[in-house]
Amino acid sequence: MRVGVWGRFRRHPLAVFGFVTVAVLCLAALFSPFIAPHDPLLLDTSRRFVAPFARAGFVLGTDELGRDTLSRLLYGGRISLTVGLVAMVTTVVTGAVIGLLAGYLGGLIDTLLMRFVDTMLCFPQIFLLLVIAAFVPPSLISIALIIGLTSWMEVSRIVRAEILHLKEQDFVQAARALGASGGRIMFQELLPNIAAPLLVAATLRVASAVLAESYISYLGYGVQPPLASWGNMLTNAQGYFDTVPWLAILPGAMITLTVMGFNFLGDGLRDALDPRLRMDK
Amino acid sequence: MLSYVGRRVLQSVPLLIGVSIIGFALMHLAPGGPLAVYTLNPTITNQDIERIRIVLGLDQPVHIQYFKWASGMATGNWGYTFFGGRPVLGVILERMPATFLLMGSALSLAILIGCTIGVLGAVRRYSVFDMMATSGAMVALSFPTFWFGLMAIYLFAIKLGWLPSGGMYELGEEDNLLDLVRHLILPCLVLALVITAVWSRYTRSAFLEVMHQDYMRTAKAKGLRAPARLLRHALPNALKPLIALLGIELPALFSGALVTETIFGWPGMGRLFVDALNMKEYPVLMGMIMFTALFVIVGNLVADILIALLDPRVRLS
Repeated sequence: MRVGVWGRFRRHPLAVFGFVTVAVLCLAALFSPFIAPHDPLLLDTSRRFVAPFARAGFVLGTDELGRDTLSRLLYGGRISLTVGLVAMVTTVVTGAVIGLLAGYLGGLIDTLLMRFVDTMLCFPQIFLLLVIAAFVPPSLISIALIIGLTSWMEVSRIVRAEILHLKEQDFVQAARALGASGGRIMFQELLPNIAAPLLVAATLRVASAVLAESYISYLGYGVQPPLASWGNMLTNAQGYFDTVPWLAILPGAMITLTVMGFNFLGDGLRDALDPRLRMDK
Repeated sequence: MLSYVGRRVLQSVPLLIGVSIIGFALMHLAPGGPLAVYTLNPTITNQDIERIRIVLGLDQPVHIQYFKWASGMATGNWGYTFFGGRPVLGVILERMPATFLLMGSALSLAILIGCTIGVLGAVRRYSVFDMMATSGAMVALSFPTFWFGLMAIYLFAIKLGWLPSGGMYELGEEDNLLDLVRHLILPCLVLALVITAVWSRYTRSAFLEVMHQDYMRTAKAKGLRAPARLLRHALPNALKPLIALLGIELPALFSGALVTETIFGWPGMGRLFVDALNMKEYPVLMGMIMFTALFVIVGNLVADILIALLDPRVRLS
């Protein structure tokens, strides 16, 4: 089985590309204090707007305050990925619990929870994100939680659909006959059986959470300066856009690369783990 | 048909109630609640605030406040802006045409291109074109819209100087249609990019779904040529999920429009929302949240009715 999964995964060059990209980015974020050549917050106005590859020691140049761009990108990646991962965990946990309860318990609870999902899906995510982010004092955790709590709905629908299919199967009946409680059946019998679709959803959710963080940071309601995130680096760079475009190109390229990496990885995992779930049946 | 429409409209009622409860809760989550603007004003005393609280009915139980607020929403009384005291609904409706022009043009363009790519990809599955289209769509979905917009401005407005970098009109050219189109091109393309990617993916899978059905095999066995099979047999059946997608993707379209309008200074509802956010204009923010959510409910209702018109099975079930 394991060979099969890996074999199917390996056949997708883009999935492998996604995996490698994600691995490199995560390692870079994890070890950024050791890799970064400079302190990302160190100001030095004597070396503002150094172009990439123009001066030794500043491979990707410096920004409007003379801070090293490469170090800021590395630390910014750390922030963006942390927010992305915490938001993903929030999304998956909320979505899984609501999906499990709705799918397993059924009846009135199912109806109420699913109407709640429908209601949440009526709001454009950015509008909700921005309003709540403006009301709550910004911190990394609050940003991640806000993103997570406004994007769990699709996960709960996926989980519910899987549970509706699974709960009629023999092993669930057997557990019930043995007197297992509802909680035990939901979390110990059913949950492990939806690990594959959950893993796929989780990977794709990191991509959209990183994207969401960049949107609200870009608009000024996410990660606050002087802390660097790829989104707020772009906000700063916008002011010097016509003369020093690389300051805007680099963080945007990092966001795109990260989101793309998680998207390709998620897609590849979907094909490898569960051929049933493929987009093209 | 009429009974289906009636049932479908009734199904929207719980959604309306849910949306209004969340909107009402958000309004009270605002720092300082609905009275925030008055507490910030130094010329207003605590006694004044207490009086305003009673006049606005904020001393009453929450459920009574909710019913008052909800009936106000239903009758078009959406409150007044903090600065200038203008009716919120009026302020929003004033910005609507600009946003709908942007969303409408981007959506039409995206559907045209996305569906073409999707159908070609489905017909020639696993061809080089299909591989490039599906991975290209994934790349497009990974672009942060605002960054793509900035890059487009850099290339086409700053470097090449072909198109204006923002706004909707040059000064004094408010009636010049050509000027409007010139200003529309970049934001429209930027907003259309992601939507095109979504539509090409869905069109592809919708067509793949129907192309393996028995009736397609029968049509082929009858000797029908590919274009006839696609147009007469596959298209009507593939259309249903795509019309549903139109409704499902509405919130994302509003989100995309907000970002696009912000980058290009397009004077629409998204821009209004971001400005209101910066000025702490809570009534406008709440009005916009409710407006978009209500629009999404109506949009999905219309999409479902269209599907029922196309497919008798839906309205009889």
